[in-house]
Amino acid sequence: MSALAAGSTPAQVGLLAGRAVRHVVRAPAQVVFPIVFPLVLLAVNASGLDAATKLPGFPTTSYLDFALAVPFMQGALFAALNGGQDLARDIEGGFLDRLALTPMTGSALIAGQLGGALFMGVVSALIYLIVGLLIGTGIAAGFGGALVLLALAVTISFAFACLGTFVALRAGSGQAVQGFFPLFFVLLFLSSAFFPRDLIEQDWFAAVATYNPVSYLVEGIRSLVISGWDGQALAQAFGIAAVMIAVFLALSAWALRTRLART
Amino acid sequence: MSTRGLRPPGTGAPDLRRAGPGSLARTRSVALAVAWRGIHNAFTNPAFLLPSVLFPLFFFIAFAGGLSGLQNAPSFEFKSGYSSFQFAFVSVQAAAFGGVFTGFAIAADFELGFARRLLLAAPNRGGIVIGYMLSAMARAAFVIGVVFIAGLISGMRIDGSLGDLLALLVMALGVSAIATLWATGIAMRLRTMQAAPLMQMPIFILLFLAPVYVPLDLVVGWVHDVARFNPATAFLEAARGFVSGEPTKVAVSMACIAGLGALAALWARGGLASAERAG
Repeated sequence: MSALAAGSTPAQVGLLAGRAVRHVVRAPAQVVFPIVFPLVLLAVNASGLDAATKLPGFPTTSYLDFALAVPFMQGALFAALNGGQDLARDIEGGFLDRLALTPMTGSALIAGQLGGALFMGVVSALIYLIVGLLIGTGIAAGFGGALVLLALAVTISFAFACLGTFVALRAGSGQAVQGFFPLFFVLLFLSSAFFPRDLIEQDWFAAVATYNPVSYLVEGIRSLVISGWDGQALAQAFGIAAVMIAVFLALSAWALRTRLART
Repeated sequence: MSTRGLRPPGTGAPDLRRAGPGSLARTRSVALAVAWRGIHNAFTNPAFLLPSVLFPLFFFIAFAGGLSGLQNAPSFEFKSGYSSFQFAFVSVQAAAFGGVFTGFAIAADFELGFARRLLLAAPNRGGIVIGYMLSAMARAAFVIGVVFIAGLISGMRIDGSLGDLLALLVMALGVSAIATLWATGIAMRLRTMQAAPLMQMPIFILLFLAPVYVPLDLVVGWVHDVARFNPATAFLEAARGFVSGEPTKVAVSMACIAGLGALAALWARGGLASAERAG
């Protein structure tokens, strides 16, 4: 920790981010499950929901293409969960209290902590894209679209990691972070992740999906896969992710100040 | 953890130490005591009850609400509507996950040392497993009831008779028993909550490798090939038959329950032996 005490903010961020990444890499369960589970669900849903592509107005003839956006979202949710869990463990284990005794800045702590989640977001997004291409999914927006897709997926991952960080700092308990996990999945299931919004028959569900920001994140990724360049869908997805990052980073900074003041 | 709940005063629940002379009476006594404790814990602690209720209820809302457009797909034939179609799935799922959640409770009992005291106190240890199984079945029946009421409130159509619905419940309880025995085998072998994914994931995958969203004929690819031989498919098709008043695959599903039940019982028995050896 002497380097922490002596180093500049970027050096502190580098140290903490490196530690967070090593945590992720050394815990295979944190890497394998978040990557494999969404792919299994993608394979199952692609077969089970293929009949939906026969519906008039369904935007593509392959449910696999339609559903490829979902693993990116699930990967982001797992990144949020794991990042939050790691931070909560540091709080419960007293690591944060010890850091508070060093000249480390709060922004360095948050940025460093998010490094692990960001690393996981990049790795999982790359794997989902490669697997998607290997099993025959095309990217309608081409090579450039694939790069934008990766950028969007990582941005979304980062946004949810900020949310996980805020929850961990506010609650200070791994159990509380775990408790939020189902809520993340409720947001995913009550969105247009599995069915196009304009084909949802139940009005109340369509209304919930319309007001659910996750719908627009999914639709941003999906637009690159099935319809090519859609400026509005991309602007909405990047915009929502940016707002989430700004809001949850600010809330995380506030929660950290409150926690360190209590300490 | 205390043994509070094994026999609260004035409840009439059986006392482990007052088992009858016969083996059957001892088993029954242990089973009822453990079942009573499991039911008491499940229904008095919201942290235990809520996940097992909210999980299936959420799936019902998400699937019946979000995917109901699927009933317009060509060749989709189910006369009672998509909510009823999904109610059948959620009933089977709730039953199976009732068993899984009971497995979590068994693992927690081992982590806290209660299960070891239970093994020492019980005159017939097989009754412990039966007791856990009975508590899981009670939980499953409650959750299915909640989802059923929620479905009726949301306008779900039920074409099956009362007898059909009772048959659905009996089948779901059978599924619950199998899932409990499976989770018990894991929990008693590993005796840690860290084994939770091992109890949960195989059942989750088995359920989703069945025709969850559409009838089997409309499932395509490798999942269709797997689903044809997946016992969960028989359970789902039988459940949907009961809901629509046109029972189907009843004999197959009952045979699957009997066969899987026998295998799961052997698995749980091995787990119990492992826990006994561990002391």
